[in-house]
Parts: sequence; C-alpha cells; structure tokens
Amino acid sequence: MNKITSTNALFRGPRQSLVVTLILLLLCGVVFPVLLSGISAVIFPSQANGSLVYADGQAVGAENVGQDFTEPYFMKGRPSAYNYNTYYEDEQGNQYCNDGSEFAGLSSGSNNYAPSNPALTERVEADIEAFLEANPNVKREDIPADLMTASGSGLDPHITPESAAIQIPALAAASGLSEEVLEQIVEDNTEGKLFGVLGEETVNVLGVNLDIAKAMGLVGDEPK
Amino acid sequence: MLQLVLTLIIYLILVIPVGRYLYHIAAGKRTFADPVFDRVDGVIYKLSVVDPHKGMNWKQYAMALIGTNAVMIAMSYIILRIQSLPLLNPNGIEGMEPTLAFNTIISFMTNTNLQHYSGESGLSYLSQMLVIIFMMFVSAASGYAACVAFIRGLAGKTKDNVGNFFADLVRITTRVLLPFSLVGGLLLVWQGVPQNFSENMVVQTLEGTYQVLAMGPVAALEIIKHLGTNGGGFFGANSTTPMENPTILSNLIELYSMMLLPGACVITFGKMVGDGRRQHQKSKAPENALPAHQEGITARLFGKEGRSIFLAMGILFLVGLSLCYWAELQGNPALAGIGLNQSAGSMEGKEVRFGIAQSALFTTVTTSFTTGTVNNMHDTLTPLGGMVPLLHMMLNCVFGGKGVGLMNMILYAILAVFICGLMVGRTPEYLGKKIEGREMKLTALAIIIHPLLILAFSALAVATAAGQAGITNPGFHGLSQVLYEYASSAANNGSGFEGLADNTYFWNITTGIVMFLGRYLPIVIQLAIAGSLMKKNYVNESAGTLRTSTVSFAVILVFVVYIFAALTFFPALALGPIAEHLTLWG
Repeated sequence: MNKITSTNALFRGPRQSLVVTLILLLLCGVVFPVLLSGISAVIFPSQANGSLVYADGQAVGAENVGQDFTEPYFMKGRPSAYNYNTYYEDEQGNQYCNDGSEFAGLSSGSNNYAPSNPALTERVEADIEAFLEANPNVKREDIPADLMTASGSGLDPHITPESAAIQIPALAAASGLSEEVLEQIVEDNTEGKLFGVLGEETVNVLGVNLDIAKAMGLVGDEPK
Repeated sequence: MLQLVLTLIIYLILVIPVGRYLYHIAAGKRTFADPVFDRVDGVIYKLSVVDPHKGMNWKQYAMALIGTNAVMIAMSYIILRIQSLPLLNPNGIEGMEPTLAFNTIISFMTNTNLQHYSGESGLSYLSQMLVIIFMMFVSAASGYAACVAFIRGLAGKTKDNVGNFFADLVRITTRVLLPFSLVGGLLLVWQGVPQNFSENMVVQTLEGTYQVLAMGPVAALEIIKHLGTNGGGFFGANSTTPMENPTILSNLIELYSMMLLPGACVITFGKMVGDGRRQHQKSKAPENALPAHQEGITARLFGKEGRSIFLAMGILFLVGLSLCYWAELQGNPALAGIGLNQSAGSMEGKEVRFGIAQSALFTTVTTSFTTGTVNNMHDTLTPLGGMVPLLHMMLNCVFGGKGVGLMNMILYAILAVFICGLMVGRTPEYLGKKIEGREMKLTALAIIIHPLLILAFSALAVATAAGQAGITNPGFHGLSQVLYEYASSAANNGSGFEGLADNTYFWNITTGIVMFLGRYLPIVIQLAIAGSLMKKNYVNESAGTLRTSTVSFAVILVFVVYIFAALTFFPALALGPIAEHLTLWG
C-alpha cells in the first residue's frame, strides 16, 4: 500500500462521520420539526397552538391543562405540587401562588413522595380537613382518592366523576345554581372510555368551571 | 384488566408487519418505498463519500460507530453551552452549566435520556431541536445499526462482513425513523400535543389570576422520544404532562411507538438467522432443506429462533406487568390509615385519564423496552409496584430498547446453552455454532458489567456525603432512589425516581460515567462475540443438540435470567423496595 492511499483511508473515516453527522443534524434536527410544524399549522391549527379555551374572546386557559381554583363556586381539581403554574401579582410585580408561596416560573412534576414518606400522609391529612370544612355534608371515607392525591404532572386537568359528584352540594350552595344544572354541566364535561374499554372516565374541571361561570353570568354565554 | 389484554393483543397484531419491514431494511431487501428512499440515500452517500456496499469487519464497524458518536457528542456539547444566543430562544433560556451539559450529552447520545435538567427552564427551542431531537434519532439509529450488525454476524452469511455502519445509520434514519415519526407526530398533534415555535403564553384565568402555558415543538420531540426508545421529555414531568400526552389515544400512540421497533428487532433476528441457516443447508444438502413457506405459522412470522426469544421476553414482561398492576391496585396502607378510601388504588403521582391500568402498563413497558418516558411518577409507586421497573432495568433484556435488549438476551441464551451443555456434558451450540472459551469469556464479561456498574456506584453513593445529599425520601425508599438512578443509567433507560436531587456535580458525573460505560462496553463486546461466532463453521445438528427454537428453551431462558438476577440483585432489592413493602404493610 503506498503512502497516499493509506493517509486517505486514515482520514476517510472521520470525514464520513462528520459529513453524515451534519446531514442528519439538518434532516432530523431542522427539516423534520419545521415540516411537522408546517403541516400541523395547516391541518390542526388549534391543537398545534396548545388547544386554548376562550371566554369573552380572551384565552382563559388550555383544554388539556388544569388550573388552580379557589372560589367556593368553582369545582376544585387535584392537589398540584406546582399549583398548576397559576399565580397572581402584587403591586410590586412579585408573583405568588394561591397558597401564598412564591411562584418560581413554569414547571411540572409532583412532590415525589414515596408511599412510606410521612410528608405524604401529612399533606393528604391537611387536604382532607380543608375539603371537609368546605364540603360539610361529605363523610371522610366517601372522598375519592384521586381528589386528595397529587397528579404526576401537577397539571392534571381531570378528576373522576365520583370526585365531581361529591362537590356538587357545596357548589350549588355557593353558586346559587341548582344541583340538576350542575349535574348536567358535569355530564357535559365528562368523557367516557375509548371504545368503552380503554382509559378511564374523566371530568374536565376547567370545562365545568367555564360552564358554571356562564350559567352564573360571570362571562358571556357564547358557543365554545 | 380487559383493557390491558386488548392493548397487548393490538400490539401483537401491529408488531408483525413492522418486523417484516424492518427485516427488509436490515437485510437490504426491496420494499415498496425504495424508489423514493434510494434517491434520498444516494444523495447522502454521495455528499459523505460513503460506499454503502463496502463491508466492514466488526472492529471497523465498532470504530465507525464510536467515532461518529464522538463527533455528535462534541457538536452537541457546544450547542448546549451557547444556547443562550437569541436564536430560537423566545423564553430567554441561559447556557448550560458544564457538568450538567456533560451529563446531558452522554445521556442523549447513549440513548439513556436521563434528565438532570427540566426542559421548561433548562433548554432553548434550538437545543431541543438540534441537540435533543437530533440525538434521539441518531442514538436510536446507532443502537439499531449495532443490533443489525450483530444479527448479521450471528446469521453468518459471510466470514467477516457485518455490513457498513454509515449505510445502516442512514437507512434506519431515513426509511424507518423519519417516516414513522412524521405520521406519528401528526397523530399526536391531532390529539392535542402542541407543535409551534411560539413563546410560552400567559393567560388570565376565570378567577383573575394568571397561568403560564408551555409552548414549543413538543410533538416532534414526543414522537421520536418513544419511537427511538429514548424517553427524555420536553418538560420536566415527561409524558405525565397533558401537553406531552393529553389523551388515552396519545398514550396508546406513545406506548406502541416504543414497543414496535424492539419487538420488530426480534422478528428481524429470527428471519435473518433463518435465512442464514437455510442458505447453509441448501449448499450442503439441497434435498433436505425445508423451504421457508413449509414452516409453521409462528415460525414464519417470527423466525424459529426469534419465536423462542420473543416468547421468553413476553413471559418476563407479563410477570412484571402483573405484579406492578396488582401492587398499584392495593393502594397505599399509610393513606388508608388516615381514612382515605383506597379502593381506586394508589393514585398519588398518577393521572386520572390513565388510571391504574394504563399507568402500570406504561411503567412496565418503559422500563422493559428501556425507553424511560413516564406517564406517572415512579417515585410515588407502591414499593412492589416500583420494584418492577427497577428489576426490569436490572434484567435489561425484556425486549430492551433499540436492539440492545435483543443483544443482551442473546447473551443470556448463550449462557443458557452453556449451562445446559454442562449439565449433559456436551459442547454447547447456539444457532449452529459451537460456543467455546472465547465466547463464554466475552459473554460473562458483558453480563457482569451491568450489575457491577449499578451496585458499585450505588455503594459509592450511599457511602459518600455527596451521594447521600441527593436522597429525598426517608427510610428504605432512599436506597431504592439510588439503585433506581444507577440501574436507569446503566440500562440506558433514563426514567428516574424523580425525587432524587440529582443536578449536582456528584450525580451528574457519576451517572455520566455509568451511562457511557453501560452503553459502549457491551456493544463492543457483543460485536466481538458476533465477530468470533461468524468465523466458525456450522456444526451439524445431532440428537444431542439442545434445540433453541422450542418453548422449553424459552422457559429455560426465563429461569436463567431470573436466577442470575436473584443471585446478583436480591440483597439490594431486599434492603430497598422489599423492606419498604414490609414496613408499610407490616
């Protein structure tokens, strides 16, 4: 083998590695996401932009993302380690969550408490007591587990139909709406299992509260 | 229960055509899409001066793989460090700290996708695309390429040619990953996964407070994250978040995306090995060779040798799934103790839309197929429910991700024929080749690396203050957190007991080392085994040959895997999840 071809062979490997890397970087890292965005924007514009939900022409949330509700006439979702990224601002522009803690910016996740962690039991106990105070007619053992346990994402938009039903008497008292109206609202925002088998039955809390707000006249009653 | 059965039946129906397609790609056979892809690939080969027909021996192949991965690592490291530049960075993300960038790059190049950052606050859109999405494609393609080369070695059509690495890398990316991702990505957007380049949005809620809503090219990352069995989420909470995984349908799309290719790999293995054997038999005794179409239906669909491997993996998978599902259904006795009804199972850390069944399934799949994506928080699983994902990462051969699981399972198969051979006093054979000293030494070495990395580094972590500082749950669960982190790193899985406070120098560097060694050492050794086996001549089957295409061999294989795991990991598991279970229920 003469010297030139052996040097060529020596550099051919790295060169192939480099050029293949650059081409794949362009294809996978740029062309693919841009192409997918382009097609999505044309055929699924609403979903591609986050499935926003509007009231009175203003975006008030996203269909798939839960929110932290405190008003007694609104249905409550599950506990969230990150308060659903919901916050308010004081005059100085400081941002706080509804529980008074400082808002640290966009996040997701859970407390990651192990089942054996005493902090889990403490948190659940405190939530149960607060819930029983707000819903005086409810018995402790009737509270569904999902309503007192935090979701994995901290953004779960859903609760189970049982968790929705158990809140209705207190919601009726606070909102002035009849229990029948509220039951109908819950039913309208309940989604069944896929093909009747796959997944679980869910109630979308933001959807329910938007309908409650409309029924109470807090926001304009326009088609969704 | 019914939905679990139904989900798995649909999987079995889907995996067969995908396996067939992958086999055609791997074996270089014709497919319906060739007219398009031949042109695309042709341009790439021309630009990069690659001759796709120029074969490599296993050493050249391994060098090309490692060299190319090194180039990718260098390029991506630079991007992460300078990501604060105002290019596709609408949320003003800062550059990444060096040890975290080191960890992240190793993590994504090795297909682990362990994340010590949170996507919302740690990465710009440019990094999500040029580093994360790009690496998700190429690390998966690298893994499949290694697997295909390994299978070629076992199929033994030639004495030393295992294929061309660059051609495999390109073909798998353009013909499998990209087209599947485009279709799957659109399905995910349809279900509500965002796909845009807008800045995060602030809305005013019905109560007058504000909410930040995350945006970005989520769907593009989401689909290849599962298809390439990568697992690193766009957001901190991964596929639990309703932006990444909004509905039961998106959940199924993600589930199948991560299950299809590893299963298809086993089919590819079965078919290619079958081809090799038939070619050999034809050349020796044409009149005795059984043509492919006269074999039984399962042998035709999976290949004879693929069938027993698939069965063994399936048994391991179902045992794990059953335990996990049962354990989660039992609920948490600590919460039952304060009067919270546990009849719905343990819902802490789970999403209502997935419930217990789909959460347990996703958990078992993500650790069996070594993806590492989560649709519930594994740290919050019940002790035995959380032991299943931990165990499956320790086994690292229950389907496994991007072909590597198959390669590990073949090692166990070699171990199984060796043990059986010892019992009957014969030289062990596998796939028509004699298993001798060199193969056994390499196999033992490859099998021992995995537990060594997990247990040695766990011991280091619990023995040092820097390691202990990461533990956030008290009691036995703390050890589970440590074990899980290293098992996840060594298995290149990437899921976590996320409570672990792991963005520190200690955890970034040690898990980086574990991921690197856990990926490249086994691949090189496995290629060496294939390279050694392919040089040998076929031995003729005799009455004393242990048949490896049977159900009984699959059962033997399951026992070998469990016995090996019990001997290695039982003490650690007893001190972690099992002890936690006994204290909770005691």
